[in-house]
Amino acid sequence: MVQDLLHSQPGILNFGIFFILALVLLLVILGFVTYAILAERKVMGFMQLRYGPNQVGGPWGLLQTVADVLKLLLKEDTIPKLADRPLFILAPVIAFAPSFVVIATIPFTDKLQFADIGVGLLYYIAISGLTTIGVVMAGWSSNNKYALLGGMRAAAQMISYEIPLVMSVLGVILLTGSMNLNEIVAAQENVWYILIQPIGFLVFFIASVAELNRIPFDLPEAENELIAGYFVEYSGFRWAFFMLAEYVYMFAMASLTTVLFLGGWLPIFSFLDFIPGAVWFALKFSLVVFMLLWFRSTFPRIKADQLMEFGWKVLLPVALANIFLTAIIKELLSLF
Amino acid sequence: MLRTEEMLLNVGPQHPSTHGVFRLILKIDGETIKEAKPVIGYLHRGTEKLAEDLQYTQIIPYTDRMDYVSAMTNNYVICHAVETMMGIEVPERAEYLRVMAMELGRVSSHLLWWGTFVLDLGATSPLLYAFREREMILNLLNELSGARLTFNYMRVGGVKWDAPEGWVDKVRDFIPHMREQVKGYHDLVTGNEIFLNRVKGIGKYSKEDALNYSLSGPNLRCTGMKWDLRKNEPYSIYDRFDFDVPTREEGDVLSRYHVRFAEIEESLKILEQCVEQFPEEGPVIAKVPKIIKAPKGEAFVRIESPRGEIGCYIASDGKKEPYRLKFRRPSFYNLQILPKLLEGESISNLIAILGAVDIILGEVDG
Repeated sequence: MVQDLLHSQPGILNFGIFFILALVLLLVILGFVTYAILAERKVMGFMQLRYGPNQVGGPWGLLQTVADVLKLLLKEDTIPKLADRPLFILAPVIAFAPSFVVIATIPFTDKLQFADIGVGLLYYIAISGLTTIGVVMAGWSSNNKYALLGGMRAAAQMISYEIPLVMSVLGVILLTGSMNLNEIVAAQENVWYILIQPIGFLVFFIASVAELNRIPFDLPEAENELIAGYFVEYSGFRWAFFMLAEYVYMFAMASLTTVLFLGGWLPIFSFLDFIPGAVWFALKFSLVVFMLLWFRSTFPRIKADQLMEFGWKVLLPVALANIFLTAIIKELLSLF
Repeated sequence: MLRTEEMLLNVGPQHPSTHGVFRLILKIDGETIKEAKPVIGYLHRGTEKLAEDLQYTQIIPYTDRMDYVSAMTNNYVICHAVETMMGIEVPERAEYLRVMAMELGRVSSHLLWWGTFVLDLGATSPLLYAFREREMILNLLNELSGARLTFNYMRVGGVKWDAPEGWVDKVRDFIPHMREQVKGYHDLVTGNEIFLNRVKGIGKYSKEDALNYSLSGPNLRCTGMKWDLRKNEPYSIYDRFDFDVPTREEGDVLSRYHVRFAEIEESLKILEQCVEQFPEEGPVIAKVPKIIKAPKGEAFVRIESPRGEIGCYIASDGKKEPYRLKFRRPSFYNLQILPKLLEGESISNLIAILGAVDIILGEVDG
């Protein structure tokens, strides 16, 4: 249905439908973020001998995040006197918008997808790079030294990790022969790419954690070094936008990992296909998210110079080698 | 025209990793530190001056608030100084209680250090594991003294209260549990590649530097200097126990980490022997006059606190208050080497180096 609309003439009705659909998706994602934050706090609590939220909304703290968001809405919105006002106000929007836009191409099931673009993967990577501009803007415009350091770190980190990230998925693209996410999932009918692209998966996963700015790669906001990094001067809902962007990216990246390497909505074994694809997707997706939470409560933070070294001297060569290896194997297989 | 500029960065007094109100003025070029200037005094309460108007027993609670992470050693040093001046013989049972309290304090202090140090490096969970065990120690000390942090337990001539019934057995049960947990800590953090990359070869200094800067405690022993007052100048009843003085040769952050962990093990050894030798009966405080008057003259004693050598100098003119009281506070001396270590390091390393010094601001500022 969405495809037909995409190709139809623009009009009020089309716009209305798109608007409503986008609103629904936004609400779904906000719902995810709400419970991802709760899940993070609960899982970390469980791993750290604590309870986590257990007061607001029953024993599991189901409404804790809602209460937190309400509190953020009511908070005073402060802008430093010497900040670069327009940039300061614009930065959270620029950081958040792309995170939401990239989700349009993710195929949650074979039918549930917003935009089935031919170069979906490329689109995802290109758009997600924009967020860094917002982060650097926030760091610069805050007129705070810690924020500036955080923003600079973010820029350096993005450049070093975006490249291995792209290189690692090239193996997948080679095998599928397409950048369309639907076709990539369909090509995993028999075997998931995590099994035939293990190196690619490893590089992708590490680089994606770095892209998400999560421990052990959370240098731009390193709490113990830079206090909060680039958003140290933000408060209230502007601050919430940065956090929102972070969690929406977590959602997007976990979805992308599921699609690229874990077979998307496909069941583990074909006889299990009576379980709907959405459930499979949710299961695999949750597994990836859990891995990210697990990382957070286990690892210390890597150092800035080691981060660069690791990106350029380890991940990139490995990713490049993986491309060659994939190409050679594919060529050899096609010979027989 | 493109140019770079040095930036002045204030780290602290309000900063998550300065462990209190410590301030560093950094001159940075990018993330490289050109010059570091520590500023202290935000927590100065004038303990030494206040003490000049206080009776000796009244000074003890003030010492709790200096090194508030191992208050028992501070309690001990002031009592020990007065006892030395007055020539008081402390009953055996009291000595054992004191040593046990101090060694438990040492373990809990190193645990707190471990948790916060690893937290500074970005790992959040170890702190809570460290606090789980620290909590057990605090409960033990709480049973002993009635307080969890500022114990005010020791008195000139002994200790305030005898151990409650079954307390020694609880300590006995705690030792194997703690040993087990230390293994777990090593599994969780020590072998971690990211952790090793953060601490290996960072903040290095030589034995000569350490001595010249008057460092003590693990900060000195990490350079290979085997110097521990419990062994070299035994006070209390430390000469009765069989334990090692752990040292490392490297002098970097990792070696300090290892020394502290080895010290936990040694403290547990001492505790084990204490529990075995603990006298069944006996008084816990010597016969001391109601109003304690140190004889005219002066005395200086020093003991080994978890952070290094803590010393107490008393000059008395025979009154019930000291004429002058001076503490040699190890954190303050250990901090001296910081500007030298930080030069040319990055901000990430700053956190690791500062964390490894193990400063307690209450002690630095006095």
